[in-house]
Amino acid sequence: MAIPLVRFEGVRFAYGENDILRDVTLSVAAGQVVAIMGGSGSGKTTLLRLIGGQLKANAGRVEVDGEDIGALSESALYERRKKLGMLFQFGALFTDLSVFDNVAFPLRERTQLPESMIRDLVLMKLQAVGLRGAAQLMPAELSGGMARRVALARAIALDPRVMLYDEPFTGLDPISLTTIGSLIRELNDALGAASIVVTHDVAESLAIVDYVYFVAEGGVIAEGTPEAVRESSHPFVRQFIAGQKDGPLPFHKPAGAYAADLGLEVGRE
Amino acid sequence: MKRGMIDFWVGLFAVAGAVALLFLAIKVSSQSTLPAASTYSVSANFENIGGLKVRAPVKSAGVVVGRVTGIELDPNLYVAKVTLALDSRYHFSRDSSAQILTSGLLGEQYIGLEPGADDKNLEPGGRIAITSSAVVLEQLISRFLFSKAETAGEQTPTEHAQ
Amino acid sequence: MNNNGLVKLFARLGAPLTDRLIKLGFACRFFVSILRHSPTSLLRFQLTMREIWFAGVLSVLIIAVSGLFVGMVLALQGYETLVRFGSSSALGILVSLSLVRELGPVVGALLFASRAGSAITAEIGLMKATEQLAAMEMMAVNPIARVVAPKFWGGVLSMPLLAAMFSAMGIFGGYLIGVQLLGLDPGSFWSQMQSSVDFRGDVLNGVIKSVFFGVAISLIAVFEGYDAPPTAEGVSRATTRTVVTSALVVLALDFVLTAFMFTGM
Repeated sequence: MAIPLVRFEGVRFAYGENDILRDVTLSVAAGQVVAIMGGSGSGKTTLLRLIGGQLKANAGRVEVDGEDIGALSESALYERRKKLGMLFQFGALFTDLSVFDNVAFPLRERTQLPESMIRDLVLMKLQAVGLRGAAQLMPAELSGGMARRVALARAIALDPRVMLYDEPFTGLDPISLTTIGSLIRELNDALGAASIVVTHDVAESLAIVDYVYFVAEGGVIAEGTPEAVRESSHPFVRQFIAGQKDGPLPFHKPAGAYAADLGLEVGRE
Repeated sequence: MKRGMIDFWVGLFAVAGAVALLFLAIKVSSQSTLPAASTYSVSANFENIGGLKVRAPVKSAGVVVGRVTGIELDPNLYVAKVTLALDSRYHFSRDSSAQILTSGLLGEQYIGLEPGADDKNLEPGGRIAITSSAVVLEQLISRFLFSKAETAGEQTPTEHAQ
Repeated sequence: MNNNGLVKLFARLGAPLTDRLIKLGFACRFFVSILRHSPTSLLRFQLTMREIWFAGVLSVLIIAVSGLFVGMVLALQGYETLVRFGSSSALGILVSLSLVRELGPVVGALLFASRAGSAITAEIGLMKATEQLAAMEMMAVNPIARVVAPKFWGGVLSMPLLAAMFSAMGIFGGYLIGVQLLGLDPGSFWSQMQSSVDFRGDVLNGVIKSVFFGVAISLIAVFEGYDAPPTAEGVSRATTRTVVTSALVVLALDFVLTAFMFTGM
């Protein structure tokens, strides 16, 4: 495997006294698309925020391109974020800017390029996601899938080394879903970047990724290539892939005896 | 909203705000406190200042020539020591007299300056020697009543004598 | 050592108090951070310009109309009282002094808080709820410099101008009622007003008040938006809190400032 662009080593993270991540170790190399899967609330988004430096690990190291993100000062962190692109769950487009201005935003804020060059770059990025024709629309006029694609164009505006995707498939119709999926793959290959896709959409992500990590109970509990994962006999992986209701992740939140809660204390008589 | 339109409206907004401030400055208010550089101060003692207040105008021949800047009691003489800031364009002779007057029956009180005949003028920090106190309405009425009573007392016997 | 003891004491005094203190502390830190990022964002004045349009220009109508009505009411009420003492010619003084010293800054600020303050909170809160602020951070653009500071300065710069417009419109309303309707002499209306309203003592102090109010309201508005829980409910509550807190702070601050400026004459 090539040099890892993103590396987690024994990372622990807690909100107050609540451990979200206990001990996470994983790595992603350039050219790879990696999926991180897990149930809701298993700390997947927290992983992305650790990479972006919006959160800092309580223990362990988070490395991006060989640098410990947690140890950087705020200004250095802002400098490093140029290497990152992130697609948020619902796109997070700036509602008061047009599609064109949204994609131009990182270019205008972070570079000194002349306006004519920015215009060309923006149109190129929009062309890559197939939405050059929507340049003058406002975000409110876009469908969910289109908004996601514009956000993708915005995320790749500065040609990032690492792309982060937070639930890119949530709430999309099947066509948009396939479009986004293949765009993730194509863009990663074109940029030569490392992509991390946080998702719980099994079918779509297994089709495009090179490697899968399963996160639960604060750590990586299983990993492997898509083929290996499909064949896996690990009970959690089986439950997740087959979408079974009960399994290692129980349907019921732990509680007292049902009968006792309803006041049917049969045992006492 | 186009960028140019925003600029236009913000510009208009700034102009409207400036006009409102200018209106308040020019039409509504006046600069009563003269800048310190263009005034000189003199003092005057009064037995009673009545309702005179700091910042009350000082007028000569009805023209405002200064302001009252300080009022305090002289602890030795038990008279009110009033400090006046006079416009440095106007000069008054040393024997000018100061009077506390009232504009109208219920109006505010001000100081009237009556120029004298001396060749020498009042110097900054000088004192106006000739003053007459405020007319206090109660004193005026009681004085009037007393004098009425006195004249009545004088007149009664003569009436009887007729 | 006794740091923990102190915290425990506050804990016993009640969570609401501790929560407020934490929030106040955060607000102070937030204010400092706005000031730290202000030079960079003020250099790109275009950003502040948009916020002046948003907070100032869009508030002009409500400010002007309210000012006009307040001035007209003041004139009617004042006339009824003054005419009993035979000093109806002092109506101009009454209207202008109450507006310039007190009502212009205070009522203007209350209207500004409910029109512009709530809008600022809602906009920042929505940007947070839809992850626009987080997206900005990930694009290596500081949201405080790019979004919060321009909104803050837009509010601060708009407030004194709006207060002056409120006063001017109010005095015009007083003129309409006093001179046009009640038939006072326009000459004495204006000249009496002018001779008893002092530019420094009255007009300028009013402007100073409105600057303080502008800072307070803008800070509360951007802070509540930034601090709002990123949900629809959180944003709507934050908007309400902006209006309520601003109103309280403006009135309390008004008392403090008036006491400071009080000269006893």
